[in-house]
Amino acid sequence: MFRRDLRRLGFIIALVVVAVLALVVNTIDIGIGSVNFQRGDKEGPLGLTLGLDLQGGVQLIYEAQDQNVTKDQMEGVKDKIERRTNSFGVTEPSIQILGSNRILIQLPGVEDVEEAKRLIGQTAQLEFKERICAPAGCDETQNAGATINAVGDLTADATTFPVSDASVFREGETLLASLEQMRVTGTDGEANTITVLRGYRHTEATGHANGASISRFTFEDRDIGLTGELLTRAYAGTHATTGQPIVHLEFNGEGAKKFGDTTARIAGTNNRTAIFLDNEELVAPVASQAILGGQAFIQGPDFTFDSVRTIAIQLEGGRLDTPIVVIQEQNVDATLGEDALDKSLVAGLIGFGLVALFMVLYYRIPGVTAVLALVCYIVLVLLVIKLIPVTMTLAGIAGFILSIGVAVDANILISERTKEELRTGRALLGAIETGYSRAWPAILNSNVATMITCVILFWFGSRFGASAVTGFSITLFIGVATSMFTAVVISHTFLRLIASTPLSRFTGMFTPVPGQVITAGAGRRSHTQRERN
Amino acid sequence: MDFVGKRKWFFTFSAILILVGVLSMTISPRFKVGIDFEGGSALSLTFAQAANQDNMRAAMADLGHGQAVVQRVGDTGFLIRTTTLEGPELTGGLSERELIEERLTQEFGTIETSELSAVSEAVAKETIRNAGIAVAVAALFIMIYISYAFRLMANSLRLGVAAIIAALHDVVITLGLFSILGKVIDLEVNAMFITGILTVVGYSVHDTIVVFDRIRENTARLISRDMGTTINVSIMETVGRSLTTSITTLTVIMALLLMGGGTIESLLYTLLIGVAVGTYSSIAIASQLLLVWEQGGWLPFLRRKEAEPQS
Repeated sequence: MFRRDLRRLGFIIALVVVAVLALVVNTIDIGIGSVNFQRGDKEGPLGLTLGLDLQGGVQLIYEAQDQNVTKDQMEGVKDKIERRTNSFGVTEPSIQILGSNRILIQLPGVEDVEEAKRLIGQTAQLEFKERICAPAGCDETQNAGATINAVGDLTADATTFPVSDASVFREGETLLASLEQMRVTGTDGEANTITVLRGYRHTEATGHANGASISRFTFEDRDIGLTGELLTRAYAGTHATTGQPIVHLEFNGEGAKKFGDTTARIAGTNNRTAIFLDNEELVAPVASQAILGGQAFIQGPDFTFDSVRTIAIQLEGGRLDTPIVVIQEQNVDATLGEDALDKSLVAGLIGFGLVALFMVLYYRIPGVTAVLALVCYIVLVLLVIKLIPVTMTLAGIAGFILSIGVAVDANILISERTKEELRTGRALLGAIETGYSRAWPAILNSNVATMITCVILFWFGSRFGASAVTGFSITLFIGVATSMFTAVVISHTFLRLIASTPLSRFTGMFTPVPGQVITAGAGRRSHTQRERN
Repeated sequence: MDFVGKRKWFFTFSAILILVGVLSMTISPRFKVGIDFEGGSALSLTFAQAANQDNMRAAMADLGHGQAVVQRVGDTGFLIRTTTLEGPELTGGLSERELIEERLTQEFGTIETSELSAVSEAVAKETIRNAGIAVAVAALFIMIYISYAFRLMANSLRLGVAAIIAALHDVVITLGLFSILGKVIDLEVNAMFITGILTVVGYSVHDTIVVFDRIRENTARLISRDMGTTINVSIMETVGRSLTTSITTLTVIMALLLMGGGTIESLLYTLLIGVAVGTYSSIAIASQLLLVWEQGGWLPFLRRKEAEPQS
């Protein structure tokens, strides 16, 4: 028995040490073969991901005005919002579809909710353009030439584009002067797509481009007046003979004419039809012949069933903007979020300190082992939270701290039972064993009841994107589940090991301070009184 | 201690608590309702220097938000409750929030922090409905679980029902006290309050199960043929644990509250009240209901009350 307990102790120590290590290191990155396991956040304390209420940011919930919106339409809206938020320079935006017609958007670190709404609210722009290539072919080279330095603010009127030619192009490059197009993309937090058609005309130039990198194009995209409204349908399918995934397109009369004219011009050449959604290229196919009937399909060697579906959804989303309205919004100031985090950590420490003090003073040795088990408990719960991973919100911390109460309860139940067994005159080790087995049904059943509540709470919260409610229920659930493990495995082992040492001679140290609880003995007296009545 | 013998006092005490709460709930405003349940916007601003509340109200009225509720928070903070503020897409150019902030900055100086939460009325209605469903479904599942967990006992369904009645008793009392506190200290009812209520249900049942488990064990050990005695002994044996656990839990909640609960303040108040009431009901209501049921229901119980003159 003693050896088995020692082995268990070794296991517990190893587990806790590994857990502490996994927590101290902010990011965990394990790659074994094709399995890649990455967890942890570079910024957050212990690598835990912090929710918006703790790090500041914006949360928005949109609802499609049309109740009968399709799943694909919602995917289209989600795709649109993803592209918009990426251009907003948000580090880790989270965009999820809730239920059938809602979208939850979380933008950590973003303070300007109105700007975010403006971006998200814009209607999507779907455009078909005619791509005219240089004789050498259509080529896009990333980071061609140098990087723009200290450009300053660019205005829409970019005729005074303040970048010297030398800084844009490499010396000695032979390019077609009239067909050069550059796209400047950068990450300085602003919308900064700058398209310059050198020697031809400036098409667009907005935002800052300090430190941005440049792509060089050897083609020009020309407007052909074919926009999303002229497309009547886009859907994914398979090729009738080859079975390859394709995207079907259907245009209305005007669209068919424009598409027909373009394909007639480009048929058999290097030139292409480039399809843009919000100025971002989706696909740019060539045409083998003029397509006049208004019905076409796009195929590609690297198309997959997933990629054609995505393209179809994007085309549909650009064709028909699904109107969405804000139904819930919340923004939290970053400084207030940090403040809330600090305060709740202090509260947790105070709470834990008081509980620990009470447990040790009142239950003595079982109290000490319970507190040790609680420390292990806290480490393990934090580990689970990090590994799943669960985003920590203020309410999540509250759920966690509350679960400490549940974990203490398991220890209290066991200590009380052990005390009773000792009073019946059992030997210490036997009393501990019986105490555990007697307390177990109550611990299990009461904790399952709490876990049922957590599941219902999670459902309730996720119905309308209340991350506070879901955060609370998840951490409370994890906490309650872990508490059963720590009470039964960890504190049990600690207690048995101590009972095997010379300390076990002081049986009194294993029961609560006498005279402070109404004891079982007193209870029995009262029922004899009742029976006499 | 004879807990079982005092059950009529417990029931009377609970009835009074419930009655007072229900009375408060019939007097308007029933609750101080947050935007989660009513819809609207709550803009929370802190200024660099102190600002006058009446001037703030006047400025809001000037902006066309005459109905806005302006509340002072601390020295430089203000909480402005108003109808849902329009976004930039409808007003064109600036959103209503930007217009408000611009005007207030002109008049009262720099705004240091600004937080907004807004909920549409349709969502608010849905939240109320979902909250009701959540409490009902939680109660049903817990009842089924308890009946299953104690399936070896006779009438195990009664245990489930009694535990849920006790939990609902806690919910009603907590609701009542919140209604009173809403009138006295402006305590708000919002989505976190519902979270609290559901947690209270879980906690109350947790406590009740511990007592029920002891009753199960003592019944199996046949410590007495009289159910009242068995229940009383079981309560006696678990009361120490119930009190210690709720004291430790309440300590933790108090610590969180003292640090300034922030957005989860109403959750913490709900738990503070609910945990206390939950502990009480596990001792004074849940097991006592079992006994009333065992002795033939409420009619014999009430008749017995008449037979035993109150001293």
